[in-house]
Amino acid sequence: MAVELMKGNVALAEAAICAGVQAYFGYPITPQTELLEHMAKRMPELGRAFVQAESEVAAINMVYGAACAGVRAMTSSSSPGISLMQEGFSYIAASEVPCVVVDVMRGGPGLGNIQPSQSDYFQLTRSAGHGDYHAIALAPASVQEAIDLMGLAFDLADKYRHLVFVVADGLIGQMMEPAELPPMQPITRRHDDWALTGADGRAPHVITSLQLNAPDLEALNQRLQAKLRIIHDTEQRSTEMLTDDAQLVVVGFGTAGRIAQTAVQQARREGMKVGLFRPITLWPFPEKRLSALADQVSAFLVVEMNTGQMIEDVRLAAGGQVPVTFYGRTGGVVPVPEEIYDAIRDLYRKLQSRPARE
Amino acid sequence: MTISAVEEKVVYQRPESLSDVPTHYCPGCTHGIAHRLVAEVLDELGVRERTIGIAPVGCSVFAYKYFNVDSAVAAHGRAPAMATGIKRVLPDRVVFTYQGDGDLAAIGLAEIVHAATRGENITTIFINNAIYGMTGGQMAPTTLPGQHTTSSPGGRDIEITGFPVRMAELLAGLTGTAYVARRSLHNVKEINRAKKAIRTAFETQLAGLGFAMVELLSSCPTNWHLSPPEALQWIEDYMVPYYPLSDYKVIEPVQDLMKR
Repeated sequence: MAVELMKGNVALAEAAICAGVQAYFGYPITPQTELLEHMAKRMPELGRAFVQAESEVAAINMVYGAACAGVRAMTSSSSPGISLMQEGFSYIAASEVPCVVVDVMRGGPGLGNIQPSQSDYFQLTRSAGHGDYHAIALAPASVQEAIDLMGLAFDLADKYRHLVFVVADGLIGQMMEPAELPPMQPITRRHDDWALTGADGRAPHVITSLQLNAPDLEALNQRLQAKLRIIHDTEQRSTEMLTDDAQLVVVGFGTAGRIAQTAVQQARREGMKVGLFRPITLWPFPEKRLSALADQVSAFLVVEMNTGQMIEDVRLAAGGQVPVTFYGRTGGVVPVPEEIYDAIRDLYRKLQSRPARE
Repeated sequence: MTISAVEEKVVYQRPESLSDVPTHYCPGCTHGIAHRLVAEVLDELGVRERTIGIAPVGCSVFAYKYFNVDSAVAAHGRAPAMATGIKRVLPDRVVFTYQGDGDLAAIGLAEIVHAATRGENITTIFINNAIYGMTGGQMAPTTLPGQHTTSSPGGRDIEITGFPVRMAELLAGLTGTAYVARRSLHNVKEINRAKKAIRTAFETQLAGLGFAMVELLSSCPTNWHLSPPEALQWIEDYMVPYYPLSDYKVIEPVQDLMKR
C-alpha cells in the first residue's frame, strides 16, 4: 500500500476493513460520522454487513450479536453515544466476546460540543459499563498510529475475547495526514469452539452474562480478573522521547501528548532537561515504565484535554516519589504548544530552585 | 394360543429442539406450551441444527436452557438488535427472539420497531401476559385497564398510566413486516392455531420474506392471583376482547406459503 493523504475517521474505517471487520453497526454523531459514512459505502461493496442502527444502544447490541457469531465486529461513536453504549459494553465483557469500539471523543459533559476532548478517560478506563472489569483502551496520536492500533485492537480482542476501545478525539478524527494502510487480511472463520453458528453435530453453545448463583458469578469474576491480570502484565504500551537524562517528564496521551511533544522540543532548545512520555494503552496503563521513570525524574507534568483524569494513574505509578502536576484545557479547547511550554518552564524553574534530589 | 405382538406407535414425545430438563416456570404458566410449540415447529421444519435463539430478560431469561439450540441472552429489550447482528453475518441461519411484554413493548420498543421496519429476516415470539412476571407482578405496557398489579395497586388507572399497547397492530402498520399475528394459549383449539402461526412465522424467515412476529396471549396465575384454570378463563374473558386474535399482516408471498 502506498502513502496517501487520509482523514482520521476514514483511515480508522479502512484500517478496520483491512483487519477483516465483517460487521459494522453505528449511529451518526459528530465528530466521528465520516467513519460510519465510509463503512456505509465500503462494507456492502465487499459483501460485509453494515447497518445504521436506530440508536447507539441498538448499535452496540448488534455488535454483541455479530460478535457472538464469531466474526470481527465493531461500532464507532463519540462521547454521548459512548455513554449510551455502556450497557452493551458490560454484557460483552461479561460474556467474553471480542469486539472493537472507536470513541472519537468530544467536549462534555452533557451534549457538550463537537470540538476535540479527552474527557472520556474515566468512562473508558475505569468503568465502561456496570460491573467489575476494565476494557483494553488504545490511544493513537496520529492518523498513522490510528491505522496501526486499529489492527492491534482486533488482534487483542480476539486473543483475549475482550472489549477493546480505540480512543481518538475530534482532532485525530477530523484531520488529514499522510498515512499508509496495511495489506488486506483474508476473512477467516474464528472461534468455532464457542461461537453461535447452529448446533450441528455438537452440543448447543450458549452465550450469557447471567449467573444467578453468587459463587458462580464470583468464579466468573475471578476468571475475568485472571485474564485482566495477564493483559495488565503483558500489554502495557507507551512511547517516549528525550527521557534519558530528563529531570522533568511531561505525560500526555493522544493529541495532548502530540502537542506536548512540540513544547518539550522547545524546552530542550532552551536547555531544559525535559522529556515526553506518551501512554498508548490507557488500560492497561503503562505504569511499569512510568514507575521506573519516577526513580529518575524530579517531577511529572501531566497534560490532558480535560480537567485531570489520567493524572490519577500517573500519581499511582509515581507512588508518591515525585510531585505530579497538571496542565489541561477542557470543553473542546485544544491547547497550543506555547501554553504547555510555559507550564513546563514554570515547573522547571521551581525544580531548579529546590535542592537537588539525592 | 399365540399372542401376537402388540404394535406400538409413538404418538407423543419431547421434540428434539427441547432440552430434557425441568423448567423453572410456575404451575399453570403457558410459557412451557409456547416453548413446546416453537420446538415442534423447529423439528418439523428440520432447522434445529442451524437455529440460533435469543432469550430476553424476564421470566423466559432461561429459555436458553430449554431450547436445544445455540442461544444467547440479550440485555433487557435488546434481543431484536442482537438477532439483527447475528442474522446479518449468518444469513443462512434461522434466528429467533423470544420476548415478554416488558422486554418487547416497554424497554425494547425501539429495537423491535426498528428491526421490524428494516424487515430483518428474523422471527419473534412475543409472550403477552399483561404483567411483569419475574420481578413479581408489576404493571406492564400490556396491563389491562383496571387490572391490579403491585405497581397499580388500585387497578390500572388509564388517566394516570395511559393505555395498554397493542403490539401486533402496531407492527402490522409498518411496511417492513411480512407476517404479524396474534394467537392465544388458553385452550386446545387456540394452541393448535398458535402452532400454525408460529410455523408460518418461521417459514416466512426460511423463504427470506422478512420480519415475522407471533404475539401469544399467555397466562400468569401467580401474579394474577388466580388458579391455573381461572387464569386461562381470564385470558378468554378479559385479554382476548382487548387483544383480538387475528392475522394482522400477511404479505402476499406469505399468503402463498400458507396455502401450501
